[in-house]
Amino acid sequence: MSNETHQRATQVARASYGRLLAILAAGSGDIASAEDALADAFHRALETWPVRGIPDKPEAWLMRVAKNRQIDGHRSSAIRNHVALDDYQALNVSSIDQPCDPMEDERLKLMFVCAHPAIAHEIRTPLMLQTVLGFEAHEIARAFVVSPTAMAQRLVRAKHKIRDAGIPFVIPPREELTQRLDVVLEAIYGAFSIDWTCTDTRDQIDDMSLEALYLADLLAAMLADEPEAWGLAALIAFTLARRSARRDENNAFVPLDQQNVELWDKRLLRHGELCLQRASKPANPGRFQLEAAIQSVHCDRAKTGSVDWNIITRLYEGLCSVAPTLGAFVGRAAAVGHAIGPQEGLACLENLDASLQENFQPALATRAWLLARNNNNADAARIYKKAIACTTNAGDRRYLEGQLSLVLKSQTG
Amino acid sequence: MRYTLFLYSNEADFADVTPEAMEQEQAVYTAYIEALNEAGVFVDTDWLKPSSTATVLSLKDGKRHVQDGPYADTKEQLGGFFVINVADLDAALAWAEKCPAAKYGYIEVRPSAMPE
Repeated sequence: MSNETHQRATQVARASYGRLLAILAAGSGDIASAEDALADAFHRALETWPVRGIPDKPEAWLMRVAKNRQIDGHRSSAIRNHVALDDYQALNVSSIDQPCDPMEDERLKLMFVCAHPAIAHEIRTPLMLQTVLGFEAHEIARAFVVSPTAMAQRLVRAKHKIRDAGIPFVIPPREELTQRLDVVLEAIYGAFSIDWTCTDTRDQIDDMSLEALYLADLLAAMLADEPEAWGLAALIAFTLARRSARRDENNAFVPLDQQNVELWDKRLLRHGELCLQRASKPANPGRFQLEAAIQSVHCDRAKTGSVDWNIITRLYEGLCSVAPTLGAFVGRAAAVGHAIGPQEGLACLENLDASLQENFQPALATRAWLLARNNNNADAARIYKKAIACTTNAGDRRYLEGQLSLVLKSQTG
Repeated sequence: MRYTLFLYSNEADFADVTPEAMEQEQAVYTAYIEALNEAGVFVDTDWLKPSSTATVLSLKDGKRHVQDGPYADTKEQLGGFFVINVADLDAALAWAEKCPAAKYGYIEVRPSAMPE
């Protein structure tokens, strides 16, 4: 098989998997059989395309083969087939850059199916990662620190529940939507922010990040007045805008306030600002709006040349009250360290559960930085070493090692 | 799709119910059945005597066992059921929500496995 054909098939697979699966599954209500049919279609593509050439509309080709396969399956199991035979003709084969595709409705429906309250809470996000975003069960298992077999079993069980209990593929009515929306937003953000140490290439991670932005935009636009959906779209846009500035030439991590603003993507920053404006509701902003607002203040440095740490501290205080995660409290400690001083920042960390901080790299790195700023270099060095020990990412480790050597130098010097 | 709504409640809650209240309750259920019928989704229902009247039988190990029931000795007991025919789980849940028993107990919604 030619390498080029294989690459092309892989490309189509990655770009269209979620879309094709959503259409196939919505027709039958059966995600597992839709997955089988789609896998079969991709397999047939890898056999046929090298011989006959790549079809003009690869997505439509895959859809047709998968649909036929699905129908065969239905016939053999004598299940009534209510899939319109020529649905695939309606498939818009445009690229994912065009969010107006009416077929995207099906993907949104699939997301809300995965977030249905009749599905066990802990499997909703993994289910969405697999069915909407096309992650493999073993990748999801690693991200959620579960055994691959257990994760695969739970996913299969959830898909059977959807099929057998008759969960409908619809966008839920307004009153239910808000409750299920939280789960959908969490899952999109999860896909975006998960530490994909298992993915092979940078490209793949970038694809997934763009896909997450695309889905967040789509959701926000479709639901129009859900502030948190706009907040998530803004947060992802701001984070993505700084993608090229996140690592230096040695691939070491660069802290947000030290990044070269010239490397930030102006178009994405603007997009983030627009989304955040759409989200703005003065009373009770939600978690994603607050996180996006923090990013927005950081991104203002491109215009003003400085970071307003007082505003960031206030935003973190809001975040700690609506979404009291360890990450939020550590972020607040760092902001206080900048806005007021290292001792006050350290005091914020003192109030947190020490045992939780032991293996949480951001907490250790922040504590070490605050200690160093407080001229407590011996302790800073000790904590930096701890932070390095619990870092799996090579770029993060390089940065922390750099910080450690600075501390050691000023200790001897 | 056909769904059965299993109505579970704590029987102790009804120990001291007056005949008037019981009559009122019956009227509420009659109205619910009427609503199901009007929507064209009603298939079947029954209202059961307390679980203290239950008897359990089994031939599982090849012998006939009969014993005083109910089968599962839980705080909430099965008190009745409705069988309805609706499009999907959301529609079934919407009817479960309207069922009078939801206010004082739990309703388990199960799809039918019998071929239509």
